[in-house]
Amino acid sequence: MSTTTRKQAGPSRVDVRKTYKLYIGGKFPRSESGRSYEVFSSGRSPKFLANAAQGSRKDARDAVVAARKAVSGWAGATAYNRGQVLYRVAEVMESRRAQFVAEVQSAEGLTAARAEANVSAAIDRWVWYAGWSDKFAQVLGGANPVAGPFFNISAPEPTGVVAALAPQGSSLLGLVSVVAPIIVSGNTAVVLASQDRPVPAITLAEALATSDVPGGVVNLITGITSEVAPWLASHRDVNAIDLTGAADAPDVVWGDLEAASAENLKRVLRPAGSGVTAVEPDFTTEPGLERIEAFLETKTVWHPKGI
Amino acid sequence: MPTFDYAPAPESRSVVDLKSSYGLFIDGEFVDSRGGTPFKTISPATEEVLAEVSEASQEDVDRAVAAARTAFRSWSRLSGADRGKYLFRIARIMQERAREFAVLESLDNGKPIKESRDVDVPIAAAHFFYHAGWADKLAYASLGDNPRPHGVVGQVIPWNFPLLMLSWKIAPALATGNTVVLKPAETTPLTALLFAEVCQQADLPPGVVNIITGAGPTGQALVGHEGVDKVAFTGSTAVGKAIARTIAGTRKKATLELGGKAANIVFDDSPVDQAVEGIVTGIFFNQGHVCCAGSRLLVQESIAEEVEAKLKARLATLRVGDPLDKNTDIGAINSRAQLDRITELAQVGEDEGAVRWAPECELPANGFWFRPTIFTGVSQTHRIAQEEIFGPVLSVLTFRTPGEAVAKANNTPYGLSAGIWTEKGSRILWMADQLKAGVVWANTFNKFDPASPFGGYKESGYGREGGRHGLSAYVTTGATR
Repeated sequence: MSTTTRKQAGPSRVDVRKTYKLYIGGKFPRSESGRSYEVFSSGRSPKFLANAAQGSRKDARDAVVAARKAVSGWAGATAYNRGQVLYRVAEVMESRRAQFVAEVQSAEGLTAARAEANVSAAIDRWVWYAGWSDKFAQVLGGANPVAGPFFNISAPEPTGVVAALAPQGSSLLGLVSVVAPIIVSGNTAVVLASQDRPVPAITLAEALATSDVPGGVVNLITGITSEVAPWLASHRDVNAIDLTGAADAPDVVWGDLEAASAENLKRVLRPAGSGVTAVEPDFTTEPGLERIEAFLETKTVWHPKGI
Repeated sequence: MPTFDYAPAPESRSVVDLKSSYGLFIDGEFVDSRGGTPFKTISPATEEVLAEVSEASQEDVDRAVAAARTAFRSWSRLSGADRGKYLFRIARIMQERAREFAVLESLDNGKPIKESRDVDVPIAAAHFFYHAGWADKLAYASLGDNPRPHGVVGQVIPWNFPLLMLSWKIAPALATGNTVVLKPAETTPLTALLFAEVCQQADLPPGVVNIITGAGPTGQALVGHEGVDKVAFTGSTAVGKAIARTIAGTRKKATLELGGKAANIVFDDSPVDQAVEGIVTGIFFNQGHVCCAGSRLLVQESIAEEVEAKLKARLATLRVGDPLDKNTDIGAINSRAQLDRITELAQVGEDEGAVRWAPECELPANGFWFRPTIFTGVSQTHRIAQEEIFGPVLSVLTFRTPGEAVAKANNTPYGLSAGIWTEKGSRILWMADQLKAGVVWANTFNKFDPASPFGGYKESGYGREGGRHGLSAYVTTGATR
């Protein structure tokens, strides 16, 4: 930036600040509860960052409705098409790179270099998952050689609406590592953003909205995890729940959420870690197929062979 | 149509050596229960007492889990090739003793000998044979990085396919290096105890397989036991939910194979005679005691009358009676409690306005019997269209368009299986895509194979059994659990 332009802009310019909202059904509503909560930066001297929308039970339910509505279209899209859409998200994220770096830096209290690396990894993670869309079915399905004159084939299908508690610590890399494997197979997602670090999630929502992801495929709620998560865990129209972010959420016992999920036998992805001590996984390593597999059902079709 | 009388063709019972009482199979030996109250198992066809069986107490469960834990150390370190050889041995011994298993199964369960002989026992042996081959090939199974066993697996199985469910549970568990504590259902424990003898004959190391008999409380003690690393359950959705709650917040893994209310969908271009056979197989196989039974017939309105008439004609030829008679099509209901449940739900069907029909046939004086029954004029809100009856009762509904058939088929909390009957290939594939069910049988029904994954969507449980998918439930992969 040259001295001249700095002069033109003027040190006294008042910046235009953003109002942070939820992302439901492809739209950006405020919480129906009218509430918001203060978000601060991490580090030695926390700075006020935003008033984030404090999502409610009703917002979560609206998000589930939007996610359900989006299932048939998204699951019905070709795998090739879903891969293209996921890749497009990475493109749009790349174009907002500077913004993500600044936000991850303040959200997580990182150095600029660490934040850069983090954002790069997050964008690359989208690209990695985008490539899986038309491959996992071949890896995880196939023909079964049964003892009889039958054509018998097993193929994975998305399970439907998946709720996810985003990691509390890793505000962007962790978030995309949770969301991408859910939607790559055709599921739709209702995501609770990191309670204390929601800003990168809100920006991700803006990236999703301006890429080709259909409205309702990803719905993002900011707010207090312990307030909203139990409603998602007990919701009868949620097919699966990812409890990754329950590991470090204040006032959340992941076992309670898992027990509530038994109500309709939701598929549960438990937080990582051994024993009862749940931890946030290391998102910097290549994740493997586990997270994609967690939200798939295997369908086996039999048909007689004959002439 | 003329029907022929069949002379009785009873299978001999002499091949089975029933003991008056049985212990628990723990650490390779039959031992007495410590503090459990013995109970009797009866023949549901005659109500005759077959044997007295031990009830495993909490202490017995502790002993069995401890034996499995000890055995796990060496069993999990055994080479895959050697583990596989034990499984091959078991498969062969089951084939050698197939007739004995079949007769015992029919005696204790009430199912027709032709089904235990031609379905249950051969497929059970096939499961051991199939999984034996996996034991030294796990690295090729695409299960993930470094597949290794969970440890001790607690398994609880139902009474409808006692030996077959045992093989579905034990074979993959052992192939992957786990050890097992298995609890068969309280009404059908005998073939599991005969299987314990097979383990002895195969020289399976003590503690690798432990079999504890008992009812619900024994199962709860096993599932909730701290020393159990993985739970595998087949049974009702209600119990499955209770298990899911029990293990919530622990590191225990679970696979649950639960209830179903399968739609068997018949289009107007289907080969009707074949479809009628498929409908009969779908719901009357094993007295309808099948979680994936085709208990809801969805028939296209234009052929509903024809199908109904042919179905009734076919039902009139089914022979109900002595399970050990080789001509018997439909055997005894497994227990009085189950008979009461079927009777009650059938009454509800009548009370709610559906039209009940059953063929005239003479039923034996003793034992638990229920005529093959169909309900017509059933609507979706009827309880008999929503609840699992688990008996030889078929509800008939109609539809007009493929879309309507899909909507009706998917309209239950279950999602285990479905059937499609049509000559149109593109329609089969479209329907198969739309149906929320883990297994879809097109122009066939109730087919099972060790290589073919089985399991449900939604409240029919989670996980698959059989094939590569079933294997994956018995291993843990990657760096963390």
